[in-house]
Amino acid sequence: MSLNAPDTQVCLWTLQHPEPASLATYTANGGYEALKKILAEKTPAEDIIAQVKTSALRGRGGAGFPTGLKWSFMPRSFPGDKYVVCNSDEGEPGTFKDRDILRFNPHQLIEGMIIAGYTLGAVAGYNYIHGEIFEQYQSWEGALEEARAAGFLGKNILGSGWNFDLHAHQGYGAYICGEETALLESIEGKKGQPRFKPPFPASYGLYGKPTTINNTETLASIPWIMRHGGQAFLELGKPNNGGSKIFSVSGHVNKPGNYEIPLGTPFADLLEMAGGVRTGHTLKAVIPGGSSAPVLTADAMMACTMDYDAISKAGSMLGSGAVIVMDDSVCMVKALERLSYFYFEESCGQCTPCREGTGWMYRIVQRIEHGKGRPEDLDELLRIGKNIGGNTICALGEAAVGPVASFVKHFRKEFEYHIEHKRCMVGC
Amino acid sequence: MLSAQSLALIDKEVAKYPGEQKQSAVMSALRIAQAQLGCLSKDCIEYVANYLAMPAIAVYEVATFYNMYDLAPVGRNKVTLCTNLPCQLQGADKIAEHMRAKLGIGFGETTEDGRYTLKEGECMGACGHGPLCLHNNHKMHDHLTLESVDKLLDDMK
Repeated sequence: MSLNAPDTQVCLWTLQHPEPASLATYTANGGYEALKKILAEKTPAEDIIAQVKTSALRGRGGAGFPTGLKWSFMPRSFPGDKYVVCNSDEGEPGTFKDRDILRFNPHQLIEGMIIAGYTLGAVAGYNYIHGEIFEQYQSWEGALEEARAAGFLGKNILGSGWNFDLHAHQGYGAYICGEETALLESIEGKKGQPRFKPPFPASYGLYGKPTTINNTETLASIPWIMRHGGQAFLELGKPNNGGSKIFSVSGHVNKPGNYEIPLGTPFADLLEMAGGVRTGHTLKAVIPGGSSAPVLTADAMMACTMDYDAISKAGSMLGSGAVIVMDDSVCMVKALERLSYFYFEESCGQCTPCREGTGWMYRIVQRIEHGKGRPEDLDELLRIGKNIGGNTICALGEAAVGPVASFVKHFRKEFEYHIEHKRCMVGC
Repeated sequence: MLSAQSLALIDKEVAKYPGEQKQSAVMSALRIAQAQLGCLSKDCIEYVANYLAMPAIAVYEVATFYNMYDLAPVGRNKVTLCTNLPCQLQGADKIAEHMRAKLGIGFGETTEDGRYTLKEGECMGACGHGPLCLHNNHKMHDHLTLESVDKLLDDMK
């Protein structure tokens, strides 16, 4: 597999090669060709943005916002510095795809960031890497050195007269920095607390300069789109859901891992690729898009295809494509207790409804799990959730409510049993 | 306070950002300081603040906000185990129980000989390879089993 021939593997095709991460593998298979062409032909930025729009590439970090549209918000002719930022702060429970792009195809991300920098008129780019994956921070910096030595970064790139450089920025343990404005604060050397929007980063971003922030997988898809055209990428997936997508499958499957498949693939096929539900068990529930996405029952999930629109119609969201599979041995109260603790722990503390509400929700779920639940607790949980949603600066508050509301909605009987009998109905 | 080697690493980080934005290197500077000194004392935070021309309180805010920094001494080997849902589903609870029993300490505690500190961690972004842990923040060990944990801990000096 290579970047030369269109294939359904947009980002992880290098895994078919003995040295997936090497510059030699990348360049021998069409890598950096898109960049060379753009610089040689001086492709107008509008043409590149038009291709990205045609591709129907949607943000792969979780929000699913159309990338071409986001790029078009950037005031490219604005005088002064502008930045491109890559969000590799991958800490949403269940998500582990960006780490594999950094591990196995670092140069495609670098090429994608350079093309983004060229298109958006940026002077430099930063890749914010999740604190817990220090080894990938080091290896990606190594890849940057290779790219610099080969003339793809720095001054007068490939003789074009254009200067641009990239750097890695290491996080150090804060889920909230995956939120784009918190991430910018963090690069500026501050606590990662989200900013009010507007102004949006395209007008007031890093150091107050126009900035575009995209997810790792989003930026790594750009070289493929420029090699084969936006239409070819769109046709990999389905309308409004262009391309392939990496699904990170974890939990109760026989073969957890990353599977890069066309958007619109039936969930049943993905489950089969991941080796099926753990042997001897049946499917109970699936969180289809990272821990913030509402949980779906087995039946609802088996009827879904894996794309933004289908998962949204089923009442959840595709998010980052992190598929957490739970079999019949799982106590939904215990599972929710752990997720609620996560949001409580990771709330940045800036907005009262989230700072206090995530703690209230966690303590209620915890007491239900430990046999101290009260009959009024479920309504109380939902009431707290309603008071968090829409009342905070960023989406973390709502992300904390998503699991609580959906677990109670779909598995209410299990919660009621816990409250009434002071123990678990699945014997966990 | 910081070695020439640590300062050289910090300078490399500072060079990544625009000249007037040295503060951007504070997270790296604290990481590098912690790697050399074991934890971030008040003196160390003030040293980093001076080095980057920042108010000490601003550095302290960063050091307390991000959870991989240690403001109090930890054991020579800090083991942070992810217990979040995907890892839990893949057996992290049993690993946690085993680690606690083997070392005789709970999460957030250090063994008396100062050899180990055990910490409960949040999602490390490698769920498909869980259960997993970090050794001294920078080395990840995945696909943990009761046997592999024994060997891992025994090999830590």
